[in-house]
Amino acid sequence: MTAGTFDAVAIGEERGERPWHRTMRRLAKRRAALVGLTVVAFFIALSILAPIVSPYDPLATNWAMVRKPPSMLHLFGTDEIGHDILARIIWGSRASLMAGIVSVSLALAIGVPIGLLTGYLGGIVDATVMRLIDAMLAIPFLILAIALAAFLGPNLTNAMIAIGVSQMPVFVRLTRGQVLSVKHEEYVEAAYAVGNSARRIVLRHILPNIIPPLLVQATLATAAAIIAEASLSFLGLGQQPPDPSWGSMLNSAKNFMSQAPWMAIWPGLAISSLVMSLNLFGDGLRDALDPRGDS
Amino acid sequence: MTMPRFLAAALLLLAAAFAAVDATPAAARVLRIGLADDPDMLDPTLARTYTGRIVFAAMCDKLVDITPELDIAPQLATEWQWVDGNKGLVLKLRQGVKFQDGEPLDAAAVKFSIERHLNMPGSNRKAEISAVTAVEIVDDHTVKLVLKAPFAPLLAALSDRAGMIVSPKAAQAPGDFANHPVCAGPYKFVERVAQDRIVLDRFADYWNKDLVKFDRIVFTPIPDSTVRLANLQSGGLDMIERLAATDVETVRKDSRLKLSTITGLGYQSLSINLNNGARAKNPFGQDPRVREALELSIDRTALNEVVFNGLFQPGNQWVGPSNPFYVKSRPIPARNVAKAKQLLAAAGAATPQVTLMTTTVPETLRAAQVIQAMAAEAGFDIKIQATESNAAIQASVDGQFELYLNYWSGRTDPDGNLYNFVSCKAPPALNVARYCNPTVDEELDAARTAEDATSRLAHYAKVADHILTDRPLIYLWHPTWLFAMSAKITGFEPYPDGLIRPQGMTMQ
Amino acid sequence: MTAFLLRRIALIVPTLFFVSVLIFGLQQLLPGDPALALAGENQDPAVIAYLHQKYHLDRPLPVRYALWIEGVLQGDLGESIRIKRPVFDLICEKLPVTGELALLALVVALVIGVPAGIIAAVRHNTAVDYGASMVALWGLSIPNFWLGILLILLFSVELGLLPASGFVGPGDSLKQNLLTLAMPAFVLGNAIAAVMMRHTRSAMLQVLSSDYVRTARAKGLGELRVILHHALRNALVPVVTLGALEFGQLLSGAVLTEQVFTIPGFGKLIVDAVFNRDYAVVQGVVLCTAMAYIALNLFADIAYVLINPRLRT
Repeated sequence: MTAGTFDAVAIGEERGERPWHRTMRRLAKRRAALVGLTVVAFFIALSILAPIVSPYDPLATNWAMVRKPPSMLHLFGTDEIGHDILARIIWGSRASLMAGIVSVSLALAIGVPIGLLTGYLGGIVDATVMRLIDAMLAIPFLILAIALAAFLGPNLTNAMIAIGVSQMPVFVRLTRGQVLSVKHEEYVEAAYAVGNSARRIVLRHILPNIIPPLLVQATLATAAAIIAEASLSFLGLGQQPPDPSWGSMLNSAKNFMSQAPWMAIWPGLAISSLVMSLNLFGDGLRDALDPRGDS
Repeated sequence: MTMPRFLAAALLLLAAAFAAVDATPAAARVLRIGLADDPDMLDPTLARTYTGRIVFAAMCDKLVDITPELDIAPQLATEWQWVDGNKGLVLKLRQGVKFQDGEPLDAAAVKFSIERHLNMPGSNRKAEISAVTAVEIVDDHTVKLVLKAPFAPLLAALSDRAGMIVSPKAAQAPGDFANHPVCAGPYKFVERVAQDRIVLDRFADYWNKDLVKFDRIVFTPIPDSTVRLANLQSGGLDMIERLAATDVETVRKDSRLKLSTITGLGYQSLSINLNNGARAKNPFGQDPRVREALELSIDRTALNEVVFNGLFQPGNQWVGPSNPFYVKSRPIPARNVAKAKQLLAAAGAATPQVTLMTTTVPETLRAAQVIQAMAAEAGFDIKIQATESNAAIQASVDGQFELYLNYWSGRTDPDGNLYNFVSCKAPPALNVARYCNPTVDEELDAARTAEDATSRLAHYAKVADHILTDRPLIYLWHPTWLFAMSAKITGFEPYPDGLIRPQGMTMQ
Repeated sequence: MTAFLLRRIALIVPTLFFVSVLIFGLQQLLPGDPALALAGENQDPAVIAYLHQKYHLDRPLPVRYALWIEGVLQGDLGESIRIKRPVFDLICEKLPVTGELALLALVVALVIGVPAGIIAAVRHNTAVDYGASMVALWGLSIPNFWLGILLILLFSVELGLLPASGFVGPGDSLKQNLLTLAMPAFVLGNAIAAVMMRHTRSAMLQVLSSDYVRTARAKGLGELRVILHHALRNALVPVVTLGALEFGQLLSGAVLTEQVFTIPGFGKLIVDAVFNRDYAVVQGVVLCTAMAYIALNLFADIAYVLINPRLRT
């Protein structure tokens, strides 16, 4: 995923409309993106309201109700230990959303400052850091995540750290690319000549320009992180039982596909809809931010 | 446009390739077996995985074998006799046996193999037959193993990899023996593609060749149990081992398949950190009443029902209830939550908190969750710490655990299931509880040197009195070996070691 | 041009150095003494000591790194402690398998992604655009291990059309080879299809509004011909070069796909090696894939520069 389609977003204020308003207006016209946003908001609300909406304690087991199909008592059925699946889907949204959001936040928190710094400083610092980043990108993402997660230990927190660290190089590259393309614009050089401090230049001129592509990438990376958590669960890393996460629910369900298909359907639907929505919203956001103008 | 023409040409080429290169298989009878994981080195001296033993069962014959009732039966040795006050074992070898490279199997080859097991650097067999100090050639087909002290489990050890005889010529050839193994079993090594397949062809000069019906065996490792079964159901495999307990119903309902089961020799237990570093300083490690309360809060039958569909065998000792060495005076205790609560109150720990370390194997995790829920009813606050298996091994050695749910694949002789876990002299990597009781050690050593099974059992009964009270381990269940195969296969007999012996097997 | 090339190639060395340090560190710092992991069930202290000595596990980390790098520079990537085969042999054995899987997956991705991208661009911002996007995005939104097992149950167990798992080499039987790779390639390609769609769509959008196409339209050429003949040709160039960069994605996806379908390729080799602490294998394989990735990047950069002389600095 490169910054290819992201040349400098026009920062001039054409038509007298602030860029942010223009983006919002264009975004509002894209139905798919709005649907995506709604679904994401729904899941976020679900995860916050989990204690209120969940019909059961997700950790409560019942030996008599092992692998029961959906019924009035258990709307989504029960799993292999007797947990209620609906409760685990609702509470599991927390783990999956956190896996996405925390990982990407970590990637942003490490990646953006590094990208800003190395892009601005240039020279030997830039060269060295970029080789390190290239090295991280040269190792396939999932393998890096697996090695890190195995290194740290199998639990959700470590999975988030592993995924976040593995995603960080892309943000470094993106940020640095933006910094480089803006660094030599006339107004920046003018600001520098006039005596503005580096910090002011970065904050006032560079940062506002990189936020849009970063937002898009962050949205798409969140989607990828949620899938990555599921993948790590498949390998025995990631969220461990009895705590629920959609990824580990899918992992348990995979061995009961013919006996208890409901165990796999609900977490599968949950993950797919959330990830698809994030992807749709991210794509819509990218279109809305596209400087090529409205269509 | 040239593009469509090019595409058409490519498609034609592909179709032709399809037609031409689809070689029809010869009429050879091939047995395709699905394994639960990829074996390690195919060298009996160095091998260390359980799955490797399944391949060896087809490739490498051993001095003696076991029967399904766990008696010792002849294989490469036809008779044996203890001499010199049980400090010597004389074995008469079968006549006319050849190795798969044509070399004769004689006393010199046996001496070579046993010495290889004892002396090769990195040998994993040395600890199993360390009682043997020398191998003497009595005559061309008779060897004598000289021991430093009587060791009753020796014959059982010789029924496993330590008794496998390899061709001296192949073992001394350049390169690793594991890449070109040559033994004296019914099938010889053809090729191995790591993680893909191990191919063995019938050895025409096998001494028992009348019982060998398949021309070729192909082992395919498929770690996921659902995918392994799917291969069997779709006809891609003829037989699979370690069917998941929860898939048994599927196999029973499928008329194309059949099931074969037998209780295994292994066990799953909760090891408790009694004396292994700082983390032993908690109510569990210090107070036997707390450990007893934990055992009483677990309903082994219900645990078996929920996690294994009732197919495994609940147990409370290092051998199963149907094993001849089971101490019948100490049966499986029933669940008793009230008594557990009383004991905890008496110990002054009404709601003890403890961490249960387990590997990330799905069935083990399920069992851990069930144990957690059951024990919670008695007041236990168990936190499950799922750990990657190698990290778990390290943690258990270092004492970085309080409770550890672990598995031992089992040995034919009860000594193999017990000694190394509770003896003062046991290797630190196995006696993770660091249990040490000199009385128990005396009984264990006596059981090793005792004359017959009855006196050995008497010693083990005394050991049980201590172990089942002190509880360095709480034994929970014995896995049942579950084999699923095509209904056309006949002649398969399951053994408690879970291995697949091709002799006698055939397909209609 | 040559200066540019030389500079780019010179940059490979420090990158590879960092890769080696990174993967070496990650492997050697994994919790648990590798000798314990490799000593098997018996855990014989003599065997553990022997493994320590043989594989230099008792030496300090920098020494072990130096020993490893020394071997690598001489062409010796070490051996798999688990099955005693040289890492180099394992790589040569597995690389073609994953290579074939990746190639077929790319084909699937192109077959799904490119038409979806074209349709989405041509019918920009209509329901068809969203529909095509969703079809392509679907692959990215489903964990591929789940999709894989679903497909196995459907096509192998229920319908009996395809083998459930395993791999047959193209040399043994081309038909079986393609049958065993059909589902894995689909599962793997599905995820990349979304990326292909995105690239195609944005490249097509860019081209469709360009002067070149406007001229073609003004000339009265049919819309289909405009799209396929003029627009697509230009749009495909960045798509293909970006496809080379998806290699890293493909390998990540291959890791899981190979686990589910038991394809004996690179991905499965690495994952199993990480869990078995077969660190020489992990280190060797990662170095290899890193080199391949860097080489592909170089190729993409060169291609990009050749096409777009303005980028040469």
